Amino acid sequence: MTLVKTKIGRRAFIRNTGMAGGGLLLGFNWLASCKMTPEEVSALPKEWFELNGFLRVGDNGMVTIMSPNPEIGQNVKTAMPMIIADELDTDWDKVIVEQAPLNTDIFTRQLAGGSQSIRQGWESLRMAGATARQMLKNAAAQAWQVPVAEITTAAGVLTHQASGKSAGYGEMASAAAALEVPEEVNMKSPEEFTIIGTDRKNVDGPKIVTGKPLFGLDVQREGMLIAMIVHPPAFGMTFQSADFDAVKAMPGIRDAFHLIAYPEGAERQWSDGGAIPEMVAIVGESTWQCMQAKKALRAEWEAPELLESSAYHEQALSDLLNKAPEAPAREDGNVDRAFRGAATIVERTYSAPYLAHNTMEPMNFFAHVTPEKAELLGPIQTPEFLENTLASVLEMPKEKIDIMMTRMGGGFGRRLYGTFAVEAAMISKKMQAPVKLVYTREDDMSQGTYRPSYKIRYKAGLDADGNLLAWHVRSVGTNDGRVFENRFPAGAVDHYRAEFHTLPTQVTTGAWRAPTSNFIAGVENAFLDEVAEAAGKDPIAFRLELFDRAINNPVGDPKQNDYEPERYAGVLKLAREKSNWDAGAPSGLSRGVAAYYCHNSYVAQVLDLEMEGNEPRVKKVLCAVDCGIVINPLSARNQIEGGIVDGIGHATYSALTFQDGRPEQNNYDTYRLIRNSEAPEEIETFFVDNGIDPTGLGEPSLPPVQGALANAMYRATGTRYYRQPFVGSQQEQRIIG
Amino acid sequence: MATFTLNINGTTREVDVDPTTPLLWVLRDHLSLVGTKYGCGIAQCGACTVHLNGNAVRSCSLPVSSVGNQEVTTIEGISEHGDHPVQQAWLEEDVPQCGYCQAGQIMTATALLKQNPSPTDAEIEMAMNGNICRCGTYVRIKKAVKRAADSGSMA
Repeated sequence: MTLVKTKIGRRAFIRNTGMAGGGLLLGFNWLASCKMTPEEVSALPKEWFELNGFLRVGDNGMVTIMSPNPEIGQNVKTAMPMIIADELDTDWDKVIVEQAPLNTDIFTRQLAGGSQSIRQGWESLRMAGATARQMLKNAAAQAWQVPVAEITTAAGVLTHQASGKSAGYGEMASAAAALEVPEEVNMKSPEEFTIIGTDRKNVDGPKIVTGKPLFGLDVQREGMLIAMIVHPPAFGMTFQSADFDAVKAMPGIRDAFHLIAYPEGAERQWSDGGAIPEMVAIVGESTWQCMQAKKALRAEWEAPELLESSAYHEQALSDLLNKAPEAPAREDGNVDRAFRGAATIVERTYSAPYLAHNTMEPMNFFAHVTPEKAELLGPIQTPEFLENTLASVLEMPKEKIDIMMTRMGGGFGRRLYGTFAVEAAMISKKMQAPVKLVYTREDDMSQGTYRPSYKIRYKAGLDADGNLLAWHVRSVGTNDGRVFENRFPAGAVDHYRAEFHTLPTQVTTGAWRAPTSNFIAGVENAFLDEVAEAAGKDPIAFRLELFDRAINNPVGDPKQNDYEPERYAGVLKLAREKSNWDAGAPSGLSRGVAAYYCHNSYVAQVLDLEMEGNEPRVKKVLCAVDCGIVINPLSARNQIEGGIVDGIGHATYSALTFQDGRPEQNNYDTYRLIRNSEAPEEIETFFVDNGIDPTGLGEPSLPPVQGALANAMYRATGTRYYRQPFVGSQQEQRIIG
Repeated sequence: MATFTLNINGTTREVDVDPTTPLLWVLRDHLSLVGTKYGCGIAQCGACTVHLNGNAVRSCSLPVSSVGNQEVTTIEGISEHGDHPVQQAWLEEDVPQCGYCQAGQIMTATALLKQNPSPTDAEIEMAMNGNICRCGTYVRIKKAVKRAADSGSMA
């Protein structure tokens, strides 16, 4: 135990002991529309006591824990409450988890993004649990007239050993709720954790497998209308006119109109990136009727002089790649002179297409806007930013705007940009009715905040002994051109230059799972593989030499480097050991390796495959991960596995291309996503056990696997893969429609 | 608009809808059975999978007028208490991430195992290839199907 000052704000402890009764608990949670069994009902407490904004203890010892952050499949809805429950020292089986609504008075950073929920929530979640435990101990000390320091807790029970007294948390909850918040609390040390570090199943699992209404698209309300949009068919086009009357005459259609989602002067957040300010809205009684009306709508759109095609993006990126930017993002040593003196130079260019997010649940949102208040409910990764935008477009104070998050059918960054929720609100306001806005798959895929298209050129210089002398990287991307100049191998090579350009485009882009890393990690690892080969060195040994350099004699100020070489080398060594790397690939298989650090976690992967025609069949991916303390190994492994499948799938099959501003793919018949038979047969994950504060896992396993895959494919085919997707979008006959 | 009498999860339900309405939207919009999901609308992703007389079909592309008196089973109807061996296997393997596609995955898997209680790996992949999981839970899906098959209760 460590005594620490209570940092949680007083506002987080607004007590609400009047909030009583199991019925209220259920009423609070719209998901509770599912029926409860008599056993479940009888297990509910008669009264709940709120010890702080994160948790309530029932008179029978049950605990309701709020999961503050949006759940997009990264499983924070299980992991975040686990952290609270552990510091509370309760029994996990007594915990009920609820999704918290947006509440900036209590919670901080209610955002799903950057793999940061666990890392940034760690302290406040532990504080919430520890403070509540302390209040329960203080209540027991008063009741029993014993020193509080002599009271211990375990699995939801308070004990005073000397007097033989003990009580469940439920018995002390009422008294605890009336106490002052302690100024100092004891926090556990990692070896005292009882829930953190243990396998806990997804708290929503039973609801998911039985089809309970969990998602935004499942929201139904009395009097609710369905809304759909028709957006400009090409990026760059703007609304001109539409034959609304014809559509309004169709069965079930209540209205069709020109929707201005962002009125002039409306304040936009970064989360409004990709917003199309004007489009057509169609409102009707049912989804199918709206879909029919969408198809029937005749609209005119105004085209700008240039409508971008993929050929244009390709050429413009190539042109930019051949130009030196005004100044590098980082330069160490004398790069040009080093290349002149190099014995061997390797130079390669890599490219990758736009990608759509393709969450399985298309964009949607429920909104009920009245002059008095606005109620919004749906899938959103950035509720706080949405609230700011809504306050502006609706001209309504934030206090009158309620936002609740549903479980999300995937996020991957797409739902950071909540323009669909703004559209829903504006449609509801116009209709003066509750509406659920639903995007069709085609809407979703053709109006995205896509992963940008990239090109990158690497150049490495080696001396006669195969030592890396110089490294030059230049990156270009559509609306993005980051190069991560302080990531590896910065600091490990004397002569180093990293630079980038950005190509502004009409096609809207945004964060897509592991932004920019999802390209750079793969190609950097593919290039390192080629450079190691040119140096005549084993690819792991070659990397470890560089990490040794960064550890022992770093170039420049090591604080400038955005990685810890010891931990980076650590995962690589672990992967080497566990994969029996030095013994070579298993018989008949080809093997590739990659390692990367992003989103504060370190990952190394060894991938074994065989080729079936021109397609890889991945037999196994072995993954070594350093994310510090692992909250829930069961779901942590799931995240790692998902990232690997996602990375392999997109590098191998997926691409979004454009013709005159129109996406050429708008559904899964033309946009290829990885399928069951194309996933690795096995994924094995090993975590580094080091007790360091935890970091996130939603993204880090995705980026490097694209490099491990390319390197293994090279071993199998003798061909290097410079362009993603490696195989492409041709659908196979094996897919059953 | 026309009236259709449907046999859904063992219960007779009546709806008055446009005959071209896909079964998916009848289930979701008109019968509040929202466990069956919309993913693509063109029978490519499998999120909308239901059983028609025990066979897995894509409800997004099945007009309600073609259902007739065939037995429709949805995710809400495969077990009373969520204890179907396939549902149990899904929980045991802790398959879901976002969870959105999983109802469709489970419906495809249950239909497969009913017809083929001991499928080979290739047969599992072949059957499950019509169901996209964007979170990439395929490795666990395969394990869960095998677990359900091995439980022997599917025969």
